Amino acid sequence: MTRAHTLETPPTTPARALDGPPVPEGPPPPRRKHTWRRLGNQALWYAAAIVLALFIALPIYLIFVSAVTPEADRYTYPKAIVPSALSFENISFFLRASGVVDAFWRSCIVGIITIVLALGIGAPAGYAIARYVFRGRDAYRLVILATRAFPVVILSIPLAVLYRQVGINDSVLGVALMHTTLALPFTVLITSSVFVSIPRDLEEAAQTLGCSPAQAFRRISLPLALPGLTAAAIFTWVLSWNDVFAAAILTLRNPTLPARILSSLTQAPLHFQFAAAFVMLVPSLVVIFIIRRYLLGLWGRVVK
Amino acid sequence: MTKRRNLAPWLLVLPSALYLAVFFATPMAQSFALALQDSAGSWSLESVQLMLGDPDFGRAVSATLTLLVLVIPIQLALALAMAIVINKRLRGTSLWLYCYALPLAISELAAGIVWVSIFTQRGWLNSILQSLGILDRGVIWMSGESYWMLIGIIVVAEAWRATSIMMIILVAGLQSIPDEYLEAAEVYGASLWQRIRRVILPMLRPSLQVALILRVILAIQVFATAVALAGTGLTVMSQQALDWANDIDNDNVAAAWAGLMLVISLTATVGILWLLPVREEQRQ
Repeated sequence: MTRAHTLETPPTTPARALDGPPVPEGPPPPRRKHTWRRLGNQALWYAAAIVLALFIALPIYLIFVSAVTPEADRYTYPKAIVPSALSFENISFFLRASGVVDAFWRSCIVGIITIVLALGIGAPAGYAIARYVFRGRDAYRLVILATRAFPVVILSIPLAVLYRQVGINDSVLGVALMHTTLALPFTVLITSSVFVSIPRDLEEAAQTLGCSPAQAFRRISLPLALPGLTAAAIFTWVLSWNDVFAAAILTLRNPTLPARILSSLTQAPLHFQFAAAFVMLVPSLVVIFIIRRYLLGLWGRVVK
Repeated sequence: MTKRRNLAPWLLVLPSALYLAVFFATPMAQSFALALQDSAGSWSLESVQLMLGDPDFGRAVSATLTLLVLVIPIQLALALAMAIVINKRLRGTSLWLYCYALPLAISELAAGIVWVSIFTQRGWLNSILQSLGILDRGVIWMSGESYWMLIGIIVVAEAWRATSIMMIILVAGLQSIPDEYLEAAEVYGASLWQRIRRVILPMLRPSLQVALILRVILAIQVFATAVALAGTGLTVMSQQALDWANDIDNDNVAAAWAGLMLVISLTATVGILWLLPVREEQRQ
């Protein structure tokens, strides 16, 4: 029974610590008259919330159980919804498969390069859009928004050709450059919304007190923007970690983790696949947990 | 204002503009050029004809569009339900939001495999149905022979994986609807359905428009979920582009596929803008 709870613990802990800014939370407005009808109505809402939550959470729990099922129970049927023991046999079988660990590190490195490039190039642009009114600002925003209307496919194929000419085909750098292109529009829009939320007056006040513009930025705006920028960085990493298609086109012998898994998908036994899905999934869940306060800010505001 | 200060925004924007010119605009132009050349590099429609004449052409296009047509309305309904539940501000709103947002960071490939574990013959669905006594024997859900079953399974997996992004956009949109509007509707006795139809949907139109465009463009690129769940049982457009680029090693035909996907994406975007126009005063 204890094992069944391991997956359920993370979602319950945030509830207390989660009165983050974007979601106006708090007790429902005080209503004195607790008529039966109102209670029934309220119960229906909770039932709807729970059904939707189960649809999302149950498959995640099931893949967790599939991944940690001991070898002895691998072919047991019907499967037990609570595993008889917690075992890492499937996961270590997956990690020992040839090239998986290398691919894992490659994915990490690609993610880090992508964060550095996308934030290094995108954050200044985001700051400019947030703080300055300049000619071409609206046009630039429009171009940034329009880039999302184009499928990844259309970029990956010519880039594969270009990389072969320049000699960075099948390399970590090549994939990271592609991922930066995918992430850059989001990074610009997210960072600009982060800087918009920091009052300009603070920087101006610092300047009247003797700071140079650069100092005012470094000492006032940057520390305030840091949590938002971190969330933007994590979002960038998610884009990179999850990309299958571009990595599959751009790599051959040096695949990222998703590309490595994709290439052996048809021959791989099911327990390999389940462990692979679980290993890909865990960082994603952790990441969503870390940036939970910014969810609405990141994705909700990006679209405007 | 000094001259230097006026230059600052331009200098800040410049690197990203250059980057997009090199890694976005150039490849895109090249993609069109590749599609309109034969493999020897001279201009012709040979690559487009090769794509159209491919025996898998009709299968791939119809599977992708069928998935799109089935999954988008389901996602819209689910996302709307989630957003309305979130906006109801039940106890632990942020917990519900966190739960509904979980799939945001889950990759297509991982999501596909998650649903393999459920729909495979000795998988969770059969296990649970049999344990409950609903089935005597496991049903073969994922068989290459049953096209519509495969489509249905991929639709469920995609609805699970990709509804969150719509949900987040709709929640953000709902929060900008003044509470008084919904309260007023409630005071005058409007049912939930009437409130959705008469207040929420019209007020939500800008968010709906964005959410639909974003999802439709992504749905046209459906790939790894389909590969994980259907294998060779069905093929989608992205799969064709990948096959031509990697296995057949013909970048021209692959680029033709990419071009076709772009044309469909743009047509769909224009279609949504036309079907769901946003009035000027509603625009942000």
